[in-house]
Amino acid sequence: MVSVMLPLTLKDVSVRRRGKRLLGPVNLTLNPEGLTMIVGPNGSGKTTLLRVMHGVERLSEGSATWAVPEEEARHRQSYVFQTPIMLRRTVADNLRYPLQLTAKPRAEIEELVHHWLKRIGLDARMGLQATRLSGGEKQKLALARALIRKPDVLFLDEPCANLDGASTRDIETILRSALLEKTRIIMTTHDLGQARRLAGDALFMLHGVVHERGPASDFFSAPQTAELQAFFRGDIIA
Amino acid sequence: MNDILEGLVAAFWLVVTFDPDLMQISLRSLQVSLSALVIASAIALPLGTFLAIRRFRYRRLTISLLNALMGLPPVVVGLIVYILLSRSGPFGVLGLLFTPTAMIIAQVIIITPLIASITHQAMRELWAEYHDLLISLNTSGWQRIKTLIWDGRRNLLTASLAGFGRAIGEVGAIMIVGGNIDNATRVLTTAIALETGKGDFALALALGFVLIALAIGINISIHWLSRTEREGRW
Repeated sequence: MVSVMLPLTLKDVSVRRRGKRLLGPVNLTLNPEGLTMIVGPNGSGKTTLLRVMHGVERLSEGSATWAVPEEEARHRQSYVFQTPIMLRRTVADNLRYPLQLTAKPRAEIEELVHHWLKRIGLDARMGLQATRLSGGEKQKLALARALIRKPDVLFLDEPCANLDGASTRDIETILRSALLEKTRIIMTTHDLGQARRLAGDALFMLHGVVHERGPASDFFSAPQTAELQAFFRGDIIA
Repeated sequence: MNDILEGLVAAFWLVVTFDPDLMQISLRSLQVSLSALVIASAIALPLGTFLAIRRFRYRRLTISLLNALMGLPPVVVGLIVYILLSRSGPFGVLGLLFTPTAMIIAQVIIITPLIASITHQAMRELWAEYHDLLISLNTSGWQRIKTLIWDGRRNLLTASLAGFGRAIGEVGAIMIVGGNIDNATRVLTTAIALETGKGDFALALALGFVLIALAIGINISIHWLSRTEREGRW
């Protein structure tokens, strides 16, 4: 079922730190379905925008509003960081953790944990300390930990950065499954191939603002602005 | 050198013959120091963790104060506790002066800042590592403290053992508030001070060796029980 949390509306959002504008002004509405890909050069404000949407970045101006009360919205979303943060616990305990924060019955927690361990192929390593996993395994575990609570909205900050092809493929497979289960996904990436493979619609960030936006089919095949065309060519954009 | 050798031999015989006085003094030492450790840890571990994760006015001042309190002179702590617990003091009616409870109170005051300060340092690093994840998971303040304490338990164990080391080796404060009364408040450190004063260096050294063995034994036992150094564990 499509989430009732959305649309998410950002109105005149700006983020400034120490006098420097990191983001904004951004005016944006995210609809309830699909995968929105955010692309742009380093320092363009992709991660800041993602953090603003997730509600973990303090706004200097403007507002970010969900269709449900903020507290409810915070409980129904998850975030996967570029560098996976592993709790100093076993693989299985990392998956248990977000469920233990809620009042779920133990049997249900164990069922979900085993389901996800199998799904990410780590069931044989469930007792291993999570920090001992490889980069790709850590990221898969972080993604499973984010999805285990069945969030309505999933934010991913370059989840496949520095991963090999096999790990990237595994993560994309999980993301496609999540999309089929109607999880709304918003992610950033540097990998334009991945952006083309997954995106339903896309945003191009430049100098802290949304420079261009559109459905993936138009965005990648017929970019409107010179800057996005240059970005796709691989030119350096100042 | 001769005294040390005699001390070792005397310590050996005191231990193998289960000398009743030694047993009583050692057990009291353990009872006082472990009680103080449990109480101080219950206060200091959450306090140090709280200081690591919460931003509030005068936080820096609180941390500076806590660090400064690590160097509290035990004799002064003993004197203050003595005044508070003496008959004319505010807590005189409780009749705690010259009891093991008074000794525990003094030790709690001495080791709480030490444990809290080490905890704060360790938890600050762990909090920097976990910050984004725990914020993202919308955890409550109490859930964050619990998570950090559990995942940082190895560092916290070190903090607590440092507190235990300070408590079991402490003499100034417990001498003042305990009074070194035979069969009542005499512990290993005060007994060592007494025997040294009497010139019985061999016995004093023997008690000293027992004290060292106890401290090392407790440390090893706690590490073993908490399986801190096993493969892949924290």
